[in-house]
Amino acid sequence: MSVLNHLDRLESEAIHIMREVAAQSNNPALLFSGGKDSIVLLRLAEKAFRPLSFPFPLVHIDTGHNFSEVIQFRDRRVAELNERLIVRSVEDTIKQGRARVKSDTDSRNALQAITLVDTINEFQFDACIGGARRDEEKARAKERIFSFRDEFGAWDPKNQRPEIWNLYNARVHPGENMRVFPISNWTELDVWSYIARENLAVPDIYYAHRRQVVRRGIQLVPVTHLTPPRDNETVEELWVRFRTVGDITCTCPVASEAKDVQAIIAETAITSVTERGATRMDDQTSEASMELRKKQGYF
Amino acid sequence: MDQTLNMEQHTELLRFITCGSVDDGKSTLIGRLLYDSKAIFEDQMAAITATSQRRGMSEADLALLTDGLQAEREQGITIDVAYRYFSTPKRRFIIADTPGHEQYTRNMVTGASTADVAIILMDVRKGVLPQTRRHTHIVRLLGIRQIVLAINKMDLVDFDETAFNEVYQSFLNFANPLGFDDIIAVPMSALQGDMVVDRGQSMPWYTGNTLIEVLETVKVDENIQHAPFRFPVQLVNRVRNSDELHERRLYLGRVESGQVSVGDNVVVLPAGESTRIASIDTFDGAIDTAIAGQSVTITLEKQIDISRGDMIAAEDNPPHTDKAFSALICWFSNAGLDINKRLLLRHGTQTVATKIAALEYKLDINQSIHVPTEKIAMNDIVKVMIRVQQPINMDRYENNRPNGSFIIIDELSNDTVAAGMIA
Ligand SMILES: Nc1nc2c(ncn2[C@@H]2O[C@H](COP(=O)(O)OP(=O)(O)O)[C@@H](O)[C@H]2O)c(=O)[nH]1
Repeated sequence: MSVLNHLDRLESEAIHIMREVAAQSNNPALLFSGGKDSIVLLRLAEKAFRPLSFPFPLVHIDTGHNFSEVIQFRDRRVAELNERLIVRSVEDTIKQGRARVKSDTDSRNALQAITLVDTINEFQFDACIGGARRDEEKARAKERIFSFRDEFGAWDPKNQRPEIWNLYNARVHPGENMRVFPISNWTELDVWSYIARENLAVPDIYYAHRRQVVRRGIQLVPVTHLTPPRDNETVEELWVRFRTVGDITCTCPVASEAKDVQAIIAETAITSVTERGATRMDDQTSEASMELRKKQGYF
Repeated sequence: MDQTLNMEQHTELLRFITCGSVDDGKSTLIGRLLYDSKAIFEDQMAAITATSQRRGMSEADLALLTDGLQAEREQGITIDVAYRYFSTPKRRFIIADTPGHEQYTRNMVTGASTADVAIILMDVRKGVLPQTRRHTHIVRLLGIRQIVLAINKMDLVDFDETAFNEVYQSFLNFANPLGFDDIIAVPMSALQGDMVVDRGQSMPWYTGNTLIEVLETVKVDENIQHAPFRFPVQLVNRVRNSDELHERRLYLGRVESGQVSVGDNVVVLPAGESTRIASIDTFDGAIDTAIAGQSVTITLEKQIDISRGDMIAAEDNPPHTDKAFSALICWFSNAGLDINKRLLLRHGTQTVATKIAALEYKLDINQSIHVPTEKIAMNDIVKVMIRVQQPINMDRYENNRPNGSFIIIDELSNDTVAAGMIA
């Protein structure tokens, strides 16, 4: 081997970043949702730390609006890895009166930020590793790999540390924290290529399956108990797959017959709609909505 | 194996930075690269088409694809480096898109620090501008050896070959003494797309590569593979096998330069003890050789007391270990240097207390001359003497980017205030 190919380079960079977190932070955590990006993070953590156990617990911020397959997958994967999982739920945040919802079927994506910040305070985490990528959305293109958050969890684009070469500075004062994104430089296609190369299991709903949906704008909205069809919408059963698996009330599948990872890679390589555009109702509302949510403590 | 997968797994990664003066067409060019290489998706296109129409334009303005944050739009400023991604069947690319304005030297330094290649954009009508010189100097300082000169707006000079050659030649006159390995010029119209991804019809006289062909074929910087072996230890783990009485010490880290094989003679610094590589392990199994860029776990034959910040290096070609050295630093912080502040220096995995002992000169980057100085302000590039409390194991930046670079951290605020290159 004389030169590393691009996946090797991305993998090696991510391992280096995870080890820097372990070395520089006193009390880190890794956010694991059961989605594909965090599944990749877990493999990278294995690559960084095995044969020892991870130097951080796994944390899931549970919106309560889950696809059940994803939660089953989460628990199975954690058991296989024999690592510690901490779950904190948005439901509890609402019960404690720290967040208000108009109705049960409202998206809880934004509320996740409150639960996350509460969880960080509860355990005094000084670094949280997450699976965000810069190619996902405009507000992320300028995100640092080590992203500084103040004691309210807020992201201030003007108060970020320069990242030069591969020299990361994770120092924080008590109460502040770092959000660390080891796969910042990966694209959706890289993630799927890596899942294929590493033969990683992902929840079934990432693969094509028959599902009842309604058409709303460019999106296919799944018919669930939280997202019933509106009047005069026609329910159709189509072959679909999910590209992201977030809050059930705002996550849409795309039409697809890709039943395995090779087929997904082939589709991703020629796809014509961005991951978020096709699948996230919440990012559609305003061009700046991700930026806004990050300022409020969101990932 | 499936063809797509095969292609996906064997492409190289090239990182490049784009530099240009305001209005030379940098946003248009990046938009064009992303659009013509099909990295732009329908919904992104729909969004910018809508915005373009709202602003009274008939066609989608590709420059909007690289539009920044809402916070930036509101304040009419560009805050900092944006990273963008696209690929062709041959390569995966990461663009560091940096604002061109003079006060953003620090952003250019950031973008250039990880780039293999720099695209320097010029307006064919304007030729070599002060900004062009400044960008070229910074790129060279940061150790980039290959330049692609994008001579843009050829449509505004009727795609004239002579105009292109004149600008190219005047750039060479200025840049040749700087010692780049390679300077390739491509005439183009980012607006119309000629010679970016598609050749177009307008410049039959140009027989060289299009911009994308150049990017697909320039050499990924491999100098670091041929530099001596350096392995800054990130973490030390201990494992005890049930059948072994002794614990094994695992040294986790990334090969920053050179290569290393099992059995190689190495020296552990700063202790100066020699030993040999016993094993190189990865999650996927033991390997014989690790190369620059690879994150691995190393074990050594001899039990040596090693902790984070120490370095395992080639015994026959070790780094220089010292507590004082001269360096070129670029100041990043809004507040200038205050010598009363407690500063930390991070070099590789080592963090030590530091003092800026003497200011030798300030580099006037526009004219490339040295001027005396007694203070350091944001965006200044200054030659200094540095002293550190503990010795560091260093190489000159010119010979070894990863082991010749450092950052300076304000111990109280925790901010990263400067980036440095060892002279
Ligand atoms: N005629 C012509 N105009 C161009 C070309 N490239 C960019 N422009 C125009 O030059 C102006 C500045 O371009 P922009 O990409 O915003 O420049 P930036 O400030 O370097 O990012 C815009 O009005 C562009 O439409 C080109 O190749 N030909």
